[in-house]
Amino acid sequence: MPPAVATIDTASPNRSWRDNALLQGWLVLLLAIVFGALLAGVQTALGPAIADNKRNETLSRVPQLIPPPDTAATSAQLEVDTRMLPVSSGGRTAVYRIHRASRDDELAGWVVQVAGQGYADRIEVLLGLSPAADVITGLFVLDQKETPGLGAKIAEAPWRGQFAGKPAALPLEVIKGGGASGNQIDAITGATISSRAVTDIVNRTLADVRDQLATDAGKAAP
Amino acid sequence: MSTPSAGQRFIRGILPENPVYRQMLGLCATLAVTNNLKSAVTMGAAVLFVLVCANLMVSLIRHLLTPHLRIVIFTLTIATFVTVADRLLAAFLYPMSKALGPYIPLIIVNCIIICRCEVCAAKQGPLTAVADALGQSIGFTLALVSLAAVREILGTGMWFGFRVLPAAWPDWVIMVLPPGAFLTFGLLLGLTNWISAQRAGKEEA
Repeated sequence: MPPAVATIDTASPNRSWRDNALLQGWLVLLLAIVFGALLAGVQTALGPAIADNKRNETLSRVPQLIPPPDTAATSAQLEVDTRMLPVSSGGRTAVYRIHRASRDDELAGWVVQVAGQGYADRIEVLLGLSPAADVITGLFVLDQKETPGLGAKIAEAPWRGQFAGKPAALPLEVIKGGGASGNQIDAITGATISSRAVTDIVNRTLADVRDQLATDAGKAAP
Repeated sequence: MSTPSAGQRFIRGILPENPVYRQMLGLCATLAVTNNLKSAVTMGAAVLFVLVCANLMVSLIRHLLTPHLRIVIFTLTIATFVTVADRLLAAFLYPMSKALGPYIPLIIVNCIIICRCEVCAAKQGPLTAVADALGQSIGFTLALVSLAAVREILGTGMWFGFRVLPAAWPDWVIMVLPPGAFLTFGLLLGLTNWISAQRAGKEEA
């Protein structure tokens, strides 16, 4: 009888090819190819629009962080050039995205895009600086996930507006209880950590890029 | 037990078999995106798109499905349409896409969709499958909107970002934070159960 068992196992007409995993999975493979092509098509069609959305989101904020021209007569549009600036200091390397804003080929200011750790998650900010990089001209929070109602106030105009006009030479200091002056920033009540996180990001950015930008300001447009 | 018709499938998804309040499915997204009405409606629309496409696709190939490979095919189909929805949002509704963050890609693992593929689309024709998808996603959207309406107005005094309550309203910040999601969901779930218990009681009497 052993030979008979062997014939059932191997000579069964359905056995040998129907058990092949590739054949059984033909529909899965076919769908994977069809869906893959569909997704490639969608990405090709929408990719540029998505990249534009990301870039425009940042660039649309740049004019708000650059002071208006001295003479109201100037109607020249701001032109923005973007480059990456890696800075190594104290054993770490940070990469800053520098937006150079100019009007009529004349430097109008700098906007530095940088991210750092907040209370809840990463905070990404735009920091506006004067052409000589000696005065902060504005701050905008691009992305944050701080506590709604408390830390999230870092993104609101009353708080972030405090940064405009501060000198860039001294490190900024967060104080509680209000009445900030000079290089001080009022903490948000109930969100000292978020306030300090943004201020630390600003201080670190200033320390890293200020000299470089002041030097670049002396040179002609790139 | 006969299989439900297209009309029955549609009606059942909205209230009698509501995915959130009756089946308790898709709760992760439900709790996470309902702190404002805009996110809730966008999430509902994304689920509607994915569910209709996935149900239609699965229904069209239902005779080719083999029992041991069907889940793979459901997942592949759902993942494809979720990615399409995610890209469409990023291209045309960029701020919403940013606000919803990972919750759009996470529709892939939303049990409502795989459940409808398995229960309805793999067994019934395209028309019924689409009616079922519409009913279930409308039910899901209604559930999200009901939660978001309560949370947004109590948490910020606004609906769709427009001020509804006077500025003197002391924003109950907890309502837009995760605990608010659990509180609101628990209370609304209790309310729906209480209403259906009342109605069942009346029918018996």
